[in-house]
This record gives sequence, C-alpha cells and structure tokens, in this order.
Amino acid sequence: MASKIGLITSREYMTRVTKKSFILTTIITPLAMIALMIIPVVLMNLADDDSRTILVVDDTGIIAPSLSNTKEFSYVSVDEPLDSLLARDNIDGILAINDSVIAGTAPLRLYSNGATSISLEGNIVNQVNNLIEERRLKEYDIADLDKILEAVKSDVSITTIRTDRKDGDENASAFVSYGVGVLLTFILYMFLLLYGQMVMTSIIEEKNNRVLEIVVSSIKPTQLMLGKIMGIGLVALTQIVLWCGLLTLMSTLVFPMLMPAESMAELQQLQAGSLDITAYDSDDIEVLRALGMLGNVGYLLSIMGWMTLFLIGGFLFYSAINAAIGSAVDNIQDASQLQTLVVLPIIIGLVCSMTAAASPNSSLAFWMSIIPITSPMVMMARIPAGIPTWEILLSLAILVVSIYAMIWMAAKIYRVGIFMYGKKPTIKEMLKWIRYK
Amino acid sequence: MKHIIEASDITKTFANGKIALDNVSVNVPEGAIYGLLGPNGAGKTTLIRIINHITAPDAGTVTFDGHPLTQNDVEHIGYLPEERGLYKKMKVGEQALFFARLKGLSRHDATIRLTQWFDRLGISDWWNKKVEELSKGMAQKVQFIITVLHNPKLLIFDEPFSGFDPINAKMLKDEILELRRQGATVIFSSHNMASVEEICDEITLINQGHNILSGNVKQIRQEYSDGRFMLDFTGDPARLAAALKPLTTDLEFIDSPLEEASRLRMHLEPGTDLKSVISTVNEVIEIRAVNPDIASLNDIFIKTVGEKSSLTKTAE
Repeated sequence: MASKIGLITSREYMTRVTKKSFILTTIITPLAMIALMIIPVVLMNLADDDSRTILVVDDTGIIAPSLSNTKEFSYVSVDEPLDSLLARDNIDGILAINDSVIAGTAPLRLYSNGATSISLEGNIVNQVNNLIEERRLKEYDIADLDKILEAVKSDVSITTIRTDRKDGDENASAFVSYGVGVLLTFILYMFLLLYGQMVMTSIIEEKNNRVLEIVVSSIKPTQLMLGKIMGIGLVALTQIVLWCGLLTLMSTLVFPMLMPAESMAELQQLQAGSLDITAYDSDDIEVLRALGMLGNVGYLLSIMGWMTLFLIGGFLFYSAINAAIGSAVDNIQDASQLQTLVVLPIIIGLVCSMTAAASPNSSLAFWMSIIPITSPMVMMARIPAGIPTWEILLSLAILVVSIYAMIWMAAKIYRVGIFMYGKKPTIKEMLKWIRYK
Repeated sequence: MKHIIEASDITKTFANGKIALDNVSVNVPEGAIYGLLGPNGAGKTTLIRIINHITAPDAGTVTFDGHPLTQNDVEHIGYLPEERGLYKKMKVGEQALFFARLKGLSRHDATIRLTQWFDRLGISDWWNKKVEELSKGMAQKVQFIITVLHNPKLLIFDEPFSGFDPINAKMLKDEILELRRQGATVIFSSHNMASVEEICDEITLINQGHNILSGNVKQIRQEYSDGRFMLDFTGDPARLAAALKPLTTDLEFIDSPLEEASRLRMHLEPGTDLKSVISTVNEVIEIRAVNPDIASLNDIFIKTVGEKSSLTKTAE
C-alpha cells in the first residue's frame, strides 16, 4: 500500500517539477533577488560619473573657499555677477550667498537648470551650516577651541552581550535579525498560500475531471489525499532547498567578492574581537555586523534548517484544510468562501510575525509561535533573533500533533466530499461528515 | 454455483440522510455477465462503489471469491466508472502505466501488456500524445485498456455504452465478450435495458434502493411472457375483440409489419390454452401469424418499477 501512495506522490511531483513554469520561477526568483541587491549599487556607480558643477557666487567671500567637493558635486567659486551667470545656459546650478544668509535672516538661493536632488540640497545646507557655526564659535575667541571640541565629541555604539548564550556571540545585530525574520516570514507566507492553494485546485481538478473515480478504484481515498499532499509538499521543498542552496552559495562566494577588501579585513578583526570599535562610526560598526551575519554560513544554514522544518509543518497543517475544502466543492468559485478558513490564520500569522520580529521575546510573540494556527510563521520571525531551542522544539512538537489531528479530520471529510457534486456544503455539514461512516 | 461476489443485506445511507441502498443482496456467479439495472438514482453506482471497496456499507457484508472483500482485492477488479476522465496534461502511455502500477503491476509487465493492447486496438502511435489532444472516443479506448490491463477476475462497467460512438461500442462489446471467454466475470450497470439484455446472463433490478427483481434473464423474460402472444391478421378488429373478450385480459392493437394486416397483442386468461384461442379467432378473422410475445427487459423494467411506485403511492 505504501508503494501506491508513493506512485501518487511521484506522479504529482514529476508532473509539477517538469513544468516549464516551475523551472523558470525556481531559477529566476533568486536571480531577481540578487539583481535587486546589485542594481542599486550599479546605478549609484553610474551616477558618480555624472557629477554636477555648482558655481558659487559668494558676496561675503567667507563660505565659497571652504566648500569642499564631493563625488557628485563640485563647487567652483566665481566672481562674475549673478545676472550675467544667469544669462548663460550651460550651467548646472548657481548658489548665491550674501550677508543676510550668514546672519540667518535670508535663505540660500540655488538657481538650477532642471530639478535638483535632495542630496545636493542636503549637502549644501550641511556644509554652509557647519561653516557658519564654526565661524560664530571662532568669534567667541576661545583658546584651544579645536581641542575642546574634539574632546567633547561623542559617538557611542552599542554591543549586546547575550547572557542566555554560552558562545557569547556579541556581534549579533538586532537590525539584521529583524530583517531576516520579516523576510523569512514573507517567504513562508508565500509558500503556504501558493502551495496550499495548489493542493486545493489539484483536488478540485481531479474531481471535475472525473479521473478521481478511476483512481479511487485502485487506492483508498485517504491514501490518494496523502500522496497528493506529499507530492506537492516535495515540490515546495525542492524549490526552497534550491533557493537556500543558491543563497548560501552567494553568501559564501559572491558576497565577499562584492565587498571591498578593506571592509573584509575590518569584518575579520571585528569578529576576532581585535577591532578598535571606538575608532569607527557607530553606523559603520552596525553595517559591519550586518554583513558579518549575512556572510556567516553557519548562521544561515541553521536558520534555513528551521525554515525547512516549519515550512513542511506549516504546509502539512494548512494543506490538510485545503484538501478538505477542495474535496467538498465542485469549482474554485465555490471554494473561495471556505478558503477563508486557511487564509485568515495565515494572514493573522503574518501580521503577528511583524510584531514578533520587532520584539521576539514578547509574550504575544511567544504564544503565537506555540499555537499551531500561527506558529510556523511567527516562529520563523523569532528564530533569527536567537531564542531558546526548547521553545522551537515545543512549537514543532505541538505542530506535529496538530498535523496528525488535522489530516485525520481532512481525510474523513475528503472521503465523503469527493463524491458530492452539486450544492456547496456548509462548514457545519463538512464537520458532520467526520462522524459519517 | 460459485459466486465471485456475494453482497448480502447491504444498507447505505448518504451523508445527507438519503437512503441509497436498503437491504440489497446481489450474488454474481463466476464467469457470468451480470446486469445491474435500474433507473437513474436507484443506487446502482453506490452498490458498485461498495463492491469496489471505495465506500463502506453501513450494514451488510461483501465477499469476493469466497472471502470478505479487502482493499487488496481491488487488484483483481477492473472498474470503468460512468463518470470517467483522465489527467489531461499527462501523456497517454505514461498515464496508462501509472494506472497499471496503481493496480499492482510492475512497470515492466505493464509496459509489455500496454504495448500489446495498444497494438491490438491500433493506437500505438498515441503513446506520446497528451490526453488533451485526444478526442472523446480516443480517450474511451484508453480508459478501456486501463480497466482491463491487469487481467482482472471481475470487470465492472458502469453505464459502459453512454457516450461511446457505435463503432467504439461494438468494439467494447466484442472485447468484453472475449474477456468473458477467457474466464472473467462481468458486471454491467445500466438504465438502458436494450443495450445489455442480449449479453447479460443474469440481472438484478434495483429501484429506489431496493432489489425488486433478480434472476436469469431468459427465465425472467419467459416468466413475464407467459400467456402473451402476438397475432397478425386480416379482418374486422371489432369482431375479433368481441370474440376474444372472455379468453384474454389485455388486448392491444398495433401496426403489423405484414402488408394489409393488423397486429394484436394479447394476454391470455390463466388456464386458457392457445389452441382454443386460435380456433375461436379463426372463425372471425384470417390468421396470418401467431407468435409468442417475449417481453423485453425494458417492458419488464417499466412494468415492475411502475408497479412498485404505484404500490408505494397507495401505501402513502
């Protein structure tokens, strides 16, 4: 009998993974993700070449000489009067500065041929503000002002030391675990919805096609249902494993290549604990930590391992409900209302996951990650932050028990539903079928 | 006589509370062609599903080949359902292999047998076609092969001729008779009596979940034909009717296939002998032919189902 379930499973699996659409999405999605990461960098590099020259007409003569050029903008001080400059037409921009600007009574004026960018305006305002502040400080004529300023400057960074972990991995970034948690939840959400829906449509199709009656003359309806769920589950697993593989490959091979050698060296120092954190800007340290986590194959693999388990668990749980619904209706239109039973908990799970990713140890997050209706997604939002293993195992154990119960119920409904044509049953009627012999 | 299927006192109620089968018993002799007849919704398909081990009866037992029916027995049953379909996106050969293996054949055996069957029905070049490319008639051939491929001891055809074109129906009938010659038992289920009466040995009539008539087709037809005759004549029908009145219960004038003749269907009073009837009518009209009026299964079906429903009406 087991071999017959295997036949159903392998048929279901083979017809799906050999489809062009499956092969395309499996390959294209990770490539699209890589492209999303790389394209902004490339675009920024392209923008660099397109640097703009801003002519500065400084009536005060104080600001213009001190403006420093950036990659994108270069400032050129000119003596020509503003009116004659404005008459020319091959000029990117003209910045006009006069005494009232310094006094703070009038705004800077930037004459621009075309739209300006936020970064240009920001850069100008920052530089001019700094210069004016510096100038005003100097007017107080305090001795050793520079030294004093240097001495009062503060740039604190934060290092979280996890007392619940022996390895004392102090380079964990809350920012990254939040991001990873949200990302994983979304992937899980997508998989649970898509593949659950696939189980349902596949069953409806078989019923409409009337191929079902031929199949069940060789194999028990329950076995057919199980075989089908497993076949489609394996397709989901294949896809997620391929994606995880590709992502891991990227983080080990492609990632280090994209990063400047200097940052790699700093990262290694940071991980070895030999980096002098005080010498760096706190934002830079945060970025280094994020890169460190994403480049950490062990961390990624453990997350992907849990991800796979919760994906399988969540899929089995929800697809059992989907199978019961699919068996009871004749067409997808009739199913849409009943499908709320599956979609609603998944969406609640998604919403709770957002909160859970932000505060993984809140009691809402804890309970939602234990109760099986929402547990797969909420747990995936919490895991990247690092939570006690017993919580994960407890959640999994409860999930496994619920899967058994759910599949048992679904099988009872399925076996009656597949022979029901015509009127769409209510949930109450479907529950009645469970007790039917 | 050995029975391949003995279904005793089967009762089955649907999930919605409707009684599908009420205490129905059916015994199918080994090697016979057995007709399961009845109007739509009588419970035939439900009984077949129970025999196929697809659903379980609420009460009653089913034995297969002398032992209680189990899931393993379905490997010896071939079932062509009334509502039949195939996976549209799968290739014909691949799909036939899948179903053959579900019935317990090894891939190797299944391939050999399929090749033989495909050759035999002249469809070898369909192997790599997708089912959605096949016409309805072509798909039916494939479904037939799937049903018989594993050499089942028992073949069950639910409304086999519905949707078959005449050529395929003929092919189907010939192949079924051939399988019977090789020792298979065949169960036909149909509401179309004419299609099955010539090939069935035994029948069971089911109506509204009840078994209303069972037995050998020839005996049943004989029983329902006792005292029924057809008379072809020339002469005055009114005089004939008057002369026959004391001797018969039913009289019905219909068109005769003979030229310038009329035909009378009559049912003799019990105890009346055909000879005396002939001598009586011979005096009033000219007899062209006298033949026994053998009831068709259709007549019997309408008669018994009609009686039953009028009975239930009076009971209400």
